[in-house]
Amino acid sequence: MDRSNKAAKQMDRTKHVGRVKEKMMVMEIRHMQKSFGNRKVIRDLSLNVEEGQVTAVIGPSGSGKSTLLRCAALLDPMDSGELLYLGQHAAVTNADGKVVYAHRKKMKEIRSSFGLVFQNFNLFPHYSVIRNIIDAPMTVQKKSREEAYWAGRKLLSRMGLSDREDSYPYQLSGGQQQRVSIARALALNPKILFFDEPTSALDPELTGEILEILRDLAAEHRTMVLVTHEIEFAGNVADQMVFMDDGAIVEQGSPNEILNHPKQERIKTFLNSLKRRRKGICY
Amino acid sequence: MEWTMILTKLGEGMLVSIEIFAWTLLLSLPLGLLVAFGRMSGNVFLRGFVKFYISVMRGTPLMLQLMVFYYGPFLLFHVSLPGGYRFIAVLIGFLFNYAAYFAEIDRSGMESIPKGQYEAAAILGYSKAQAFRKIILPQMVRRTLPAVTNEMITLVKDTSLAQVISVSEMFLAASAIAAKEASMLPLFAAGIFYYVFNYLVALSMEWAERKLSYYR
Ligand SMILES: Nc1ncnc2c1ncn2[C@@H]1O[C@H](COP(=O)(O)OP(=O)(O)OP(=O)(O)O)[C@@H](O)[C@H]1O
Ligand SMILES: [Mg+2]
Repeated sequence: MDRSNKAAKQMDRTKHVGRVKEKMMVMEIRHMQKSFGNRKVIRDLSLNVEEGQVTAVIGPSGSGKSTLLRCAALLDPMDSGELLYLGQHAAVTNADGKVVYAHRKKMKEIRSSFGLVFQNFNLFPHYSVIRNIIDAPMTVQKKSREEAYWAGRKLLSRMGLSDREDSYPYQLSGGQQQRVSIARALALNPKILFFDEPTSALDPELTGEILEILRDLAAEHRTMVLVTHEIEFAGNVADQMVFMDDGAIVEQGSPNEILNHPKQERIKTFLNSLKRRRKGICY
Repeated sequence: MEWTMILTKLGEGMLVSIEIFAWTLLLSLPLGLLVAFGRMSGNVFLRGFVKFYISVMRGTPLMLQLMVFYYGPFLLFHVSLPGGYRFIAVLIGFLFNYAAYFAEIDRSGMESIPKGQYEAAAILGYSKAQAFRKIILPQMVRRTLPAVTNEMITLVKDTSLAQVISVSEMFLAASAIAAKEASMLPLFAAGIFYYVFNYLVALSMEWAERKLSYYR
């Protein structure tokens, strides 16, 4: 009796776990379109991101990678399509073809589910390093100063910046500033983190320290979307890779499929041009 | 006139000048911010109206504006206002005039803040008001401080314009005594007053700038 009960419970639990594990979509983009003036920048793009998955987005300059992230992060309005976070609609296109965004209260909740790390950090220059990290948890999430502070200290030590708590952004190197901005994003504990070329503004010798942190975050199965030109690195950490060109996803698959066995000629050309460029720089 | 009498008259004028300065500064800084918001509003009518208001305030002499605010109610609407209105008219004139200048300073200050600051705040979930108060305003204050200092120094000297509607501020008091006593001394004293006043303004604003220059 006791045992069967236990077994039943066990079964229940596995069923429960099974349900949760069943590809929970953190973000869904359906048929997104976006133009700047007459210029179509995103063309009917759909993309799903599962919980715990690292998605790398690669593609030539001007292909719309940043625009995709900016629309997903609600910084730019999209022209049509659907956007969902954790199964909740942030935006839908109604019968008239107009995009309708969620109402304020819902939107606030949806906004809290994602974070974005910018290429050029965008730290708050008038706040110290620790204040940059804890101000949003205090202001937005209404955490107490103590709670926010201790969480912030933990993040700082993880970023290797324990001794820079009271520095101001201008006193830090680019790599250190980017680490602070990653800590700032993590402090709000978002369900999904977007990175838009987080190493592009850095000197080559500083990119390593950021990539190491990204590798760390990937290893703990944080859900991330990473736009990057660091193809090799992306291949190593990503679960799925997306190749974008001219506003559309040209091919999507495992890094191995995209990098080593691409079906599309465009990807081969792109990868070759990258290799050539890298050689040009190295030798 | 006796010395004590002269000094009392000058002292009273001085107080009036300081009062005009303090009230104008205190009220026109926040009003200027509101006007700046109106100037940048998405509402075409509001924006157009505010733009017109600013251009009138900046395009006509303050002296004329003071006269309009003082004589206007009677000449236009035949409303006669109590004697105390003289000083109120001065304050209204200075307030609307200086708010227009501060609005333009605030606007250029806000527009000089990189877009990334607004975007970072939005991503972190700050409401528009929170983002303005915590992220934009502090940076804006620092950037606009030199321009605000300039306006303050002009304001100190502009207080002498209140004499056009016979408000007995420092300058009117001094010139009245100078005429009566046939002496340059009162005018000289007024000059020293304006100079010292502005010296203190410049000194305190320098201090404020230093205080705010802890970041780049
Ligand atoms: N605010 C804007 N106004 C007008 N055009 C824009 C704007 N933002 C982007 N574009 C255009 O949209 C296209 C896609 O730009 P986007 O920045 O998304 O490309 P990207 O893939 O991120 O490129 P990169 O690798 O160089 O960062 C480009 O042609 C760009 O010129
Ligand atoms: Mg980009």
